[in-house]
Amino acid sequence: MGLFILRRVGMMIVTALCLTFIVFFMTNLYPNLEKLAKSQGNFRMSDEAVETYLGERGYLQPTPIKYAQWLGLMPGFVTEKEDGSIVGKCVRPGVAPEDTPRYCGILQGDWGFSTVSKAPVADVLGKRLANTGKLMFWVMVVMVPSALIIGVLAGMKEGSRTDRTLSTVSILSTATPEYVSGVIFIAMLASTRHGLGPWLNEMGIIEGKSLFKGSAKTAMDSANLQNFTLPVLTVALYGMGYIARMTRASMAEVMTAQYIRTARLKGVAFRNIVMKHALRNALIAPFTVIMLQFPWLLNGVVIVETLFSYSGFGWQLVNAAGNNDIEMLLAVSVVSVVVVLVTQLISDIGYVYLNPRIRIS
Amino acid sequence: MEPITWTGALGPVLNPMFTWVGMAFVVAVALQVVASFVFRPAPVGAVMTGGAANGPKEYVDIASKYLFFALVVLVVLYLAAGLVMPFGKAGIIGAVSARLAPVWIALFVTFTLSFVYKRRLGLYGKLFDSTIGMIGFGLVMFWVYMAVFAGLFDLIATHDPLSQVSRMKNKLPGTPVAGLDPATCGHSCWYLLGGDNLARDVFSRMVHGSWIVVQIAPLATLFAFMVGITLGLPAGYFGGKLDTGLSFLANLILAFPVILLFYLLVTPEIVATGIPNYMATVLFIFPLIFVAVLLNSRFYTRPRLRTPLLAGVMVVMGWLYLSLISAPGSKINILPGSLDLFDIASGILVVFVSVVFVNSPTVFRIVRGLALDIQTRDYVAAAQTRGEGPWYIMLWEILPNARGPLIVDFCLRIGYTTILLGTLGFFGLGLPPESPDWGTTINDGRKLLSIYPHPALVPAFALLSLVLGLNLLADGLREESLRD
Repeated sequence: MGLFILRRVGMMIVTALCLTFIVFFMTNLYPNLEKLAKSQGNFRMSDEAVETYLGERGYLQPTPIKYAQWLGLMPGFVTEKEDGSIVGKCVRPGVAPEDTPRYCGILQGDWGFSTVSKAPVADVLGKRLANTGKLMFWVMVVMVPSALIIGVLAGMKEGSRTDRTLSTVSILSTATPEYVSGVIFIAMLASTRHGLGPWLNEMGIIEGKSLFKGSAKTAMDSANLQNFTLPVLTVALYGMGYIARMTRASMAEVMTAQYIRTARLKGVAFRNIVMKHALRNALIAPFTVIMLQFPWLLNGVVIVETLFSYSGFGWQLVNAAGNNDIEMLLAVSVVSVVVVLVTQLISDIGYVYLNPRIRIS
Repeated sequence: MEPITWTGALGPVLNPMFTWVGMAFVVAVALQVVASFVFRPAPVGAVMTGGAANGPKEYVDIASKYLFFALVVLVVLYLAAGLVMPFGKAGIIGAVSARLAPVWIALFVTFTLSFVYKRRLGLYGKLFDSTIGMIGFGLVMFWVYMAVFAGLFDLIATHDPLSQVSRMKNKLPGTPVAGLDPATCGHSCWYLLGGDNLARDVFSRMVHGSWIVVQIAPLATLFAFMVGITLGLPAGYFGGKLDTGLSFLANLILAFPVILLFYLLVTPEIVATGIPNYMATVLFIFPLIFVAVLLNSRFYTRPRLRTPLLAGVMVVMGWLYLSLISAPGSKINILPGSLDLFDIASGILVVFVSVVFVNSPTVFRIVRGLALDIQTRDYVAAAQTRGEGPWYIMLWEILPNARGPLIVDFCLRIGYTTILLGTLGFFGLGLPPESPDWGTTINDGRKLLSIYPHPALVPAFALLSLVLGLNLLADGLREESLRD
């Protein structure tokens, strides 16, 4: 087991290095750098001005060298301008030249400086991740139990009317991407003119004109039912159907197993068979699926955060990518790659742990 | 000219009926759920002997069934009235239905023919044994026919999807178009589903958007399958270093968040560097390799048939390939203009390439798994003993036997590709901003969503129904192919 984890962690590091190098390469292509220079300097820069801007900040070195600098294996690039001011990779506004470290890379714990937010990447991204963490937590709270209940109810009597109804519901939810369900929710539940809000208001059930809020801007400080329901629901809905279907398949398979038949013939009540005998074995497969859903949730989070203007990780990704904020983008990709690989690792370990047949062999 | 309502002249008659039947149906379904927990089903033997065997549960079931049929009949009445009554008299629903007349006819013909000959049509015919599969197939074909009639024959749309009519900005569904003479305008008198924030016709944009989706999504999925199959079969069959290397690459791409990949690939800056063109050059060559190996492994013992066949097919496909990848003004411009069959706008090409790129690793993993599983079968051992080459075994023994799961995945994957295309449009990547595709239209409409929901809701429901249709179709196919 120890060796297995060690091998997987090694693989993870190699994958993360490869991926960040790809991101590094793509963001450091000349047209992208030109865009960066123009958005940082001014949009009417001449080609020569762009060249000097990039040159004195070290953007024009060969990509492997820049990558090594970003990792912290090589000293950061520094030049002294004609007017005596120093610019370079490790230079931060407000830090005296003599305090500037020579190395500033991931290995030194420095994630770089965001050219858009004008702040260290680690600070900005930390805040964003906390916001997304809050969103993800509530998504999980809503999604996992409801998906498991739907899946178990559908799978315990395969082919019954309940099964067919619930399966159709889960197919419907997998067929509704976040940008569709989000738009429908906002139009139906968060509008002051259409949908449920004005109707409930007329009947005197709710105070305001709309049931929920179509923007989650205020949810970053104080999340409440009004501003946080729709984003959570939107992300949860798309993932829910898939987990429910996997649970259903797993449950249906377990229900046909020999030991369940034995229990039925023995005269155990159906409720007890489901709760005590079937459920535990049926939940092994969904565990893996839930873990592997994280990378997909990441996608949903990007869409939902954009749609509901909630400044989290996904919103930061869109913002950084749109402005070619190279170091922010690299940090974002490191985080997402680590999330993907760690969840894969946990799902593998958990699977081995939960399934005695594999654990013993 | 008067604006038209949703149901027009039918409203006073059918609307109250629809409301009552609908409410009764909802009540019946709720009762059904309650009844399934409260009452036991009637004993099976008693039902067979007839008589008063039906319990309360059975009565609720029957009631909800008939109420559902009544609802369906009412919906059909709304639609059929549009075809019979003069245009606009049967309301917006009727008018839309009238515009969709070619689609209804095509669907009717398809379903009739398929029903009549379903026993001779193999897996496709078996689809018509499953209700879910039929509903899915119907939804998918609805959009396919709409796309074809709108895109190729210019039949369904009432307006040009890009033209703007002044004073029609954000107008509600059924608003008459300003400045048109009622006597001559005919079917384009109204914006049937309203106008968007640039005063374009929402209905026509949705119709034309379907053509974009129906063109790109299946083709991109097909290419992804070619790549995945060509690489996945040898990885599963040979194993070893090849497998390790390819699997690592596939996992690498899968570890990328899709949206980050899109943002890195689908920007004007990256298009300017020519990377999408180079990727297209690599990805689009896989169908050629696939077909060449397929034909060669089958006919290599008969060189007199093989050589002309292979040469002919390769010349045609090579020409298509070269016309596909080379476009004037891009980095790859090999083919002289006179030989270039068609040019693809760089925006569309990059969207296409990135969607293929994202999908192929998953297909690779599925094919690899299937190949690993199937190569242990006896018929593969028999072929090996017979002395068949590895490529023959892979393409003519393993692949045909893996077709069931692959066809099901193909349907699901077209749906997923549609979602990806929508995502690209939603983030304003790749496709031009005025493009009528559904993702872009949803993105346009979401800014004023809580005041004017119709420009965003129409494409949202369109996308939802197409993807739902594909998922239901895949479900039906899976059910029917498992039954063998």
